[in-house]
Amino acid sequence: MSQLQASLLDLIRRTSTEVPDDVNRAILDSLEREKKGTIAESALKIIDQNIGLAKQKSQPLCQDTGSILFYVDCPVGMDQLAFEEAAHAAVLEATQKGFLRQNSVNSLTGVNDGTNLGPGSPTLHFHQHRSETIAVRLVLKGGGCENVGAQYSLPHGPLKAGRDLPGCRKVILDAVLQAQGKGCGPGILGVCIGGDRSTSYEFSKKQFLRTLPDRNPDPALDELEQDVLNTANELGIGPMGFGGKTTLLGVKICAINRLPASFFVSVSYMCWAFRRHGVTLAPSGEITQWLY
Amino acid sequence: MTPLKVPIDESTIRSLKVGDAVSISGTVYTGRDRVHKFLHDGGTLPQGLSLRGGIIYHCGPVVIQDADGQWKVTAAGPTTSIREEPYQAQIIRDLGLRAVIGKGGMGDQTLAACKEFGCVYLHAIGGAAQVLAECVTQVSNVYFREEFGSPEAIWELQIVNFPAVVTMDSHGRSLHAEVLQASQEALARHL
Ligand code: SF4
Repeated sequence: MSQLQASLLDLIRRTSTEVPDDVNRAILDSLEREKKGTIAESALKIIDQNIGLAKQKSQPLCQDTGSILFYVDCPVGMDQLAFEEAAHAAVLEATQKGFLRQNSVNSLTGVNDGTNLGPGSPTLHFHQHRSETIAVRLVLKGGGCENVGAQYSLPHGPLKAGRDLPGCRKVILDAVLQAQGKGCGPGILGVCIGGDRSTSYEFSKKQFLRTLPDRNPDPALDELEQDVLNTANELGIGPMGFGGKTTLLGVKICAINRLPASFFVSVSYMCWAFRRHGVTLAPSGEITQWLY
Repeated sequence: MTPLKVPIDESTIRSLKVGDAVSISGTVYTGRDRVHKFLHDGGTLPQGLSLRGGIIYHCGPVVIQDADGQWKVTAAGPTTSIREEPYQAQIIRDLGLRAVIGKGGMGDQTLAACKEFGCVYLHAIGGAAQVLAECVTQVSNVYFREEFGSPEAIWELQIVNFPAVVTMDSHGRSLHAEVLQASQEALARHL
């Protein structure tokens, strides 16, 4: 096995079995905030236990090990095809070792060949930068929470949402309302304002690479993030939709340019089992640092 | 937490209310899409298998066989229940189920069947695969494994102190409907 493949396997193992520190802290904070003796509190306690147990046993946090999304920052001239081959080999091995469930199904035939390899699986996003380091971030995105994601085209008549920030706020909060607890809340929202339909969703997912306590450098978006987070937590949906104070753990929003003719707001919902880790790699493929 | 031992009688089920935390012990049977469709379309359970007074669990467990041929559950979280809504009411009636375990809640037909036949919907913690697998102490049997594949088979599991919450009771109340309505009203105040 190449050094790169071994490093990527370790990245997959850790991502599938351990939530990053920022998410763990947010869950513990919310446990403090919930009223004692409620079913919301007991749901969060079980979630907390599950996080501990998965890490201790080095077994998947959730049995749905999700869509496999790699985000790679690479130096100019890096061989992306060789990287892709190593990533595929690492995914196959992680599946054989049980860090990933056999989770990828041919959409036409319904056949699951048990490899997690196929069109769209895994997905790799490459991005060149003028630095010698390779940074690899991995998100495992569950299906239940993916199903409650939503894309709105503004203006939106029924919600009375116009093409402005108040309109964006209305549709994002509508997505939270529609999701209830069905995406295994408490959840984290990744939102993109603008773009074409597919780019917009893609950028919404990239927001999951940000840590939960970070603040948006754009004051208008920062305000919207805090506002949606606070408002959502006043809706009383709560963990698993049981009612309670913790509906969301975080909201991350970006804006990209759009055509004059369209105005999309894309909302991706991440479950509490927020699996995201990252590493920097030496040219040899060895892990030099964990990023989260 | 209210302890719940399978088999469960009707008066125990009728005493449960939305919001009660329960801790389940005894035998449960997994069943998801294939099983529900099969039973709904007139399929019958294997000879000798009865779920009367029992529990069906919407779950596709990860089960491995050890060196001695023993089955072992390594992940056992709930799957989304609403997919079984077209079938569940009939299956509660025909099989005499006293409880359904799953996640995300179910609709009006299931709620009505819970009221009519004395059944509850128990919400397990979505994603808590490891905690819930620890509650499974033994795999006693498996049915339809060849026909439906491992995750879709009926696994007969012995569970101990499996935590869940009553979110739909046998008196017509649904926590899901109530939280939806309350959150809709709360959102209207914030817009
Ligand atoms: S939504 Fe997340 S926690 Fe829930 S079952 Fe899917 S992957 Fe697991």
